[in-house]
Amino acid sequence: MRALRIIVRNPMSLLGLILVGIVVLSALLAPWIAPYPDHNGAVVDFLNNNRAPSLKNLMGTDLVGRDILSRIMYGYQISLVLGVIVLAIATPIGTLFGLIAGYRGGWVEIVLMRIVDIFLSIPPLVLAIAMMGVLEPTLTNAMLAVTLMWWPWYARLVYSIARGEREEGYVVAAEVIGASTWHIIFREILPNCLPAIITKMTLDMGFVIIIASSLSFLGLGVQPPTPDLGSMVAEGARYLPDSWWLTVFPGLSILVAVFGFNLLGDGLREALEVQS
Amino acid sequence: MSQLVGILVRRIGISVVVLIGVSMLIFAIARIIPGDPARIALGPNATAEQIAKLRGEMHLDENIVIQYGFFIKDLVSGDLGTSLYTNRPVTLDIAQFLPATLELVFLAGVIMVGLGLPLGILAARFRNKWPDHLVRALALLTVSAPSFVWAVILMLLCAYYLPLFPIAGRLSDIYEIERVTGFLTIDTLIAGNVAAFLDVWHHLILPAVALALSGIGQAARLTRANMVETYEKPYIEMAQAYGFFPHRIARIYAFKPSLIPSLTIIGLDFAAMLGNAFLVEAVFAWPGLSRYGVNVILRKDLNAIMGTVLIIALTFLIVNIIVDLLIAVLNPRIRHSTRVQS
Repeated sequence: MRALRIIVRNPMSLLGLILVGIVVLSALLAPWIAPYPDHNGAVVDFLNNNRAPSLKNLMGTDLVGRDILSRIMYGYQISLVLGVIVLAIATPIGTLFGLIAGYRGGWVEIVLMRIVDIFLSIPPLVLAIAMMGVLEPTLTNAMLAVTLMWWPWYARLVYSIARGEREEGYVVAAEVIGASTWHIIFREILPNCLPAIITKMTLDMGFVIIIASSLSFLGLGVQPPTPDLGSMVAEGARYLPDSWWLTVFPGLSILVAVFGFNLLGDGLREALEVQS
Repeated sequence: MSQLVGILVRRIGISVVVLIGVSMLIFAIARIIPGDPARIALGPNATAEQIAKLRGEMHLDENIVIQYGFFIKDLVSGDLGTSLYTNRPVTLDIAQFLPATLELVFLAGVIMVGLGLPLGILAARFRNKWPDHLVRALALLTVSAPSFVWAVILMLLCAYYLPLFPIAGRLSDIYEIERVTGFLTIDTLIAGNVAAFLDVWHHLILPAVALALSGIGQAARLTRANMVETYEKPYIEMAQAYGFFPHRIARIYAFKPSLIPSLTIIGLDFAAMLGNAFLVEAVFAWPGLSRYGVNVILRKDLNAIMGTVLIIALTFLIVNIIVDLLIAVLNPRIRHSTRVQS
């Protein structure tokens, strides 16, 4: 609760909270508040195709006449679902890896962290692209590919904290009274890693959105007609500079969402630092 | 000096282990592909005998460990197989496309360091005043969009609306440059063609800036954070008490120790750029490795996919070794330590 108060008091993190709120609400309520709720699929309206922004279509229409604003709202749905699922899988795996490597030390630490190094030594996007190269480009596979490249970052973060905590008095005390390894890892060390993990998850929502939209920008992610911000930019890029609204609005909508999560994440980090 | 050699040897050793791991990972990914690689390679009209023959050549009937052994054997002798997309050895394809990508990524790296570090220093020196707020807001903004969005925005603003830069490609059609290194910035100089040399740079700047933007923000944020921490150290206070000029304190006493942690992350950002080059090259029709990579992926060209990923991982590992050596040179605690640190 105190953390929330600190966030609201800082204008930048408040802006982040508002942006994230707008993105989440427009995604959740898209079927009810989107101007053209049926434009999320393979709808065509050639009478109104490729229209510049107007009062009727605030962000213009795409090449087959669909309202871009409505499709951006549905695009947010895909991005957020993907982000939540990727983080929900990658975070526990990476955390467990990092906790074990950091607490056990010795050869366990060496083997586990070398595995992490291997994943980290392929540029994240390249690994995801290679995965999508051999798999079929679907939403599920995109999640799989992004998750595969994401967990090592949590392993490294948690590992660096856990290794520091290993020597702390409270851990040694728990060992002396005969607590089990699992008890020490989950009940003693994990709570001290949580603030860092939560902050990273907030910041990472933005980065997952970036990576996922990058995949679909290259045609390796979510496939049309499902609205996705990255593939909207890719489709429109061929019609620059005349039909600028095809690319500029989807591109800016990615920027707004990620900027919001970054501001909020930064604010959260400061708030949690103040608290501890 | 001997410490540096020790670090170098150690780092190369670790890199070899990591590279073997990467090859296993890529090999595993390539083998989880649904369907028969030989059938995919030959297309739908292949006869059963052709497929059986290719399966034999690709060692697909052996067990997975032996298959990996053959893969490594070819790899060590510099053979990455034949690309199904270009029908040429993958090594030849990579040699053709890699220089264009490296040129772009290196310039982007230079821009990232050249702008990111000074902006970070500026923000730390004037922390909690307006230059700090401005730099932090801009830095956060630049890291908040994928590089293809920046590429599209820069292209729209600086190539279409204000025609300052060319829209696409590496070199205008009017120039014919003999290929020596594949790096056009060097090849034009070898050819002694100054006009073409300038034209190459003219083409390079916009894509490189698009690629560098999020890295600049990252580097500035990090440098600021590290420097603010350094500013709280007692020796800075002492330097201030001695009445040293603030810019001298910022540049010499606060910057150098802050640079060390920043460098590690800059190495990682470089890796991110190798990946993001895929996006920027797509927007600017840049004839680099990334475009080759996407083409071979869309054709499920396994040899070429594995070769491309391996070469990118190798480039990244080399950069990281350089970064580690730089850190060792900068950090007296490592430079003068009697034993090599882990």
